[in-house]
Amino acid sequence: MLLEALRLALSTVFRNKLRSFLTVLGIVIGVASVIAMVTVGQGSTAQVQSDVASLGSNLLMIRPGAPGRGPGGGSNDATPLTLADMQALLRYVPDIVAATPSSSRSQTVVFGEMNHTVQVTGTDDAYFGIRGWTLDFGRIFSDGEMRIGTPVCVLGTTTSVALIGEGNPVGTTIRVGKISCEVIGLLAKREASTFGQDDNDIIVMPLKAFQRRISGNKNVQSISVTFRDGAKAEDVTTQIQSLMRERRKLTGDQSDDFNVFDMKQISSVLTGITGVLTGLLSAVAAISLLVGGIGIMNIMLVSVTERTREIGIRMAVGATESQVLMQFLVEAIVLSLIGGILGILLGLGLGALGSYALNIGFLPDYRIVVASFIFSAVVGVVFGYFPARRAARLDPIEALRHQ
Amino acid sequence: MTAAATPMLELRHLSKIYGVDEAKVYALNDVNLSVQKGEFIAVMGPSGSGKSSAMNILGCLDTPTSGQYLLFGTDVTGLDRDQRALLRRHFLGFIFQGFNLLARTTALENVELPLIYQGIPAEERRERSMDALIKVGLQGRADHRPSELSGGQQQRVAIARAIVTKPGLILADEPTGNLDSARGREIMELLVQLNREEGLSVLMVTHEPDMADYANRIVTFVDGKIQSDKVRDRHAA
Repeated sequence: MLLEALRLALSTVFRNKLRSFLTVLGIVIGVASVIAMVTVGQGSTAQVQSDVASLGSNLLMIRPGAPGRGPGGGSNDATPLTLADMQALLRYVPDIVAATPSSSRSQTVVFGEMNHTVQVTGTDDAYFGIRGWTLDFGRIFSDGEMRIGTPVCVLGTTTSVALIGEGNPVGTTIRVGKISCEVIGLLAKREASTFGQDDNDIIVMPLKAFQRRISGNKNVQSISVTFRDGAKAEDVTTQIQSLMRERRKLTGDQSDDFNVFDMKQISSVLTGITGVLTGLLSAVAAISLLVGGIGIMNIMLVSVTERTREIGIRMAVGATESQVLMQFLVEAIVLSLIGGILGILLGLGLGALGSYALNIGFLPDYRIVVASFIFSAVVGVVFGYFPARRAARLDPIEALRHQ
Repeated sequence: MTAAATPMLELRHLSKIYGVDEAKVYALNDVNLSVQKGEFIAVMGPSGSGKSSAMNILGCLDTPTSGQYLLFGTDVTGLDRDQRALLRRHFLGFIFQGFNLLARTTALENVELPLIYQGIPAEERRERSMDALIKVGLQGRADHRPSELSGGQQQRVAIARAIVTKPGLILADEPTGNLDSARGREIMELLVQLNREEGLSVLMVTHEPDMADYANRIVTFVDGKIQSDKVRDRHAA
């Protein structure tokens, strides 16, 4: 009997193609927007997470400047960090296993006819391990080069390709700002990007060379540290803060003039924002599903009125109330499921398009697809029940008389 | 089963009242009627005489206000809607003045309709419906929709739908009312033939004496009561 009801519903729905399509349009738009939102939202969340993962694990970053103004905020007027700070951290905070200083500045680099503007970072050999870089070609700085500040540099792939072209750049000499610099290594290409920046567009040189030839001072812009597995980021942060307060001679009522960032925490904030946005947009989409459901109810009520005589005939030949109810309920469910399926397809399409446009991964979530499907069926049941019950309660004599 | 002992249907002191108190209208007033299996009865009477009310109650589409309706010896007066639907499904066949076929549905599918509700499998449904269409002379029209058929043909489809379940009783409400007299006579001859050959009992409301002539018993209603009830020889039979 259910099979008959299904067959009947399908033939009714397809007999009035245009009307059926317009009826389910609300559901289509609702489901499509939910799916597209969630797909793009998940893609960007995953993007943020992989960006953060690419920064390395158990990573904290110390910068000068009062907290609460974001990365780099207020760093200009605060006492700069020095290499001595880094050495103190390594010595007095036992949980820290590695530390690396870094200072960066944007520089124009030239090779032959080509020139390119790139972020140049001065640091030490620990940088590569802490930031999770590996080399495709060449080597990293030697102790001697770091000690005397030899102008040697390691290139990111984007920089290398832009200046020198594909292939191994080791051995060539490029001009960085005002100095000549020998290329000694090429970093392996990294797929992730840090919050939209291309990580592979980078030049790394010994800190001493950078300070002497490019920045002209002994400042260190930031110190990155990694702490041992099992230590808590909060505990390590507290230890760093007390040491730094002591070193910077801050008294009890003075607030910090430096910042300790936990990159994982930043990522969770970003992920949270994405989640809230996805939630809000999904709520809007849910409202459009509600409107879609009301559309189905409206058309089903019209349909019951139009088909009053048909209902009377069916009752005369022996259809029970529940059979008439089932017929109209199944029809409403079929309608809303068709809407749901169209919406899922449209939503996945829009999600793919959006992911492509935003340059993030296309991550369709099968759970939301299944949920949308079930939700459409529920919309059909909820909004189809009232019209179906009205059909089932018709008086067969009145129904047969209906013109 | 002894047909004479147990009438196929029996109305005992049946009344149907519309309205209350001052506005009370007796559509049926203490009606007694007994029908044996195999009878072909014409129900006549002016409009408002109660014949339609009687047909609705006999067809289990409506319930009486008081009195008893016994179908195959069983009191069906107090049954609920679903139980009455089941009685219609298994024991009754309807033929209407306006044919009442499902539009945009083929003749065959229209005839299959009651069998669907009986839960008959598709294969058997098709066979039995084709047989019924052959009996009413519509072989070759199975795939036609009502709009592609003449009035007479549509009424034949309706008759096929009514007989496909092999019901005990056919209730026909002005079956020739929408047809010209030649087509009307063809329909009546078909009903007489089914009555004789298949043993179908037929209860037919009509206001045309010509059509009533095909019956072997004529019951006339006036003011909600049976005025006359005559058993007679069938016309031209």
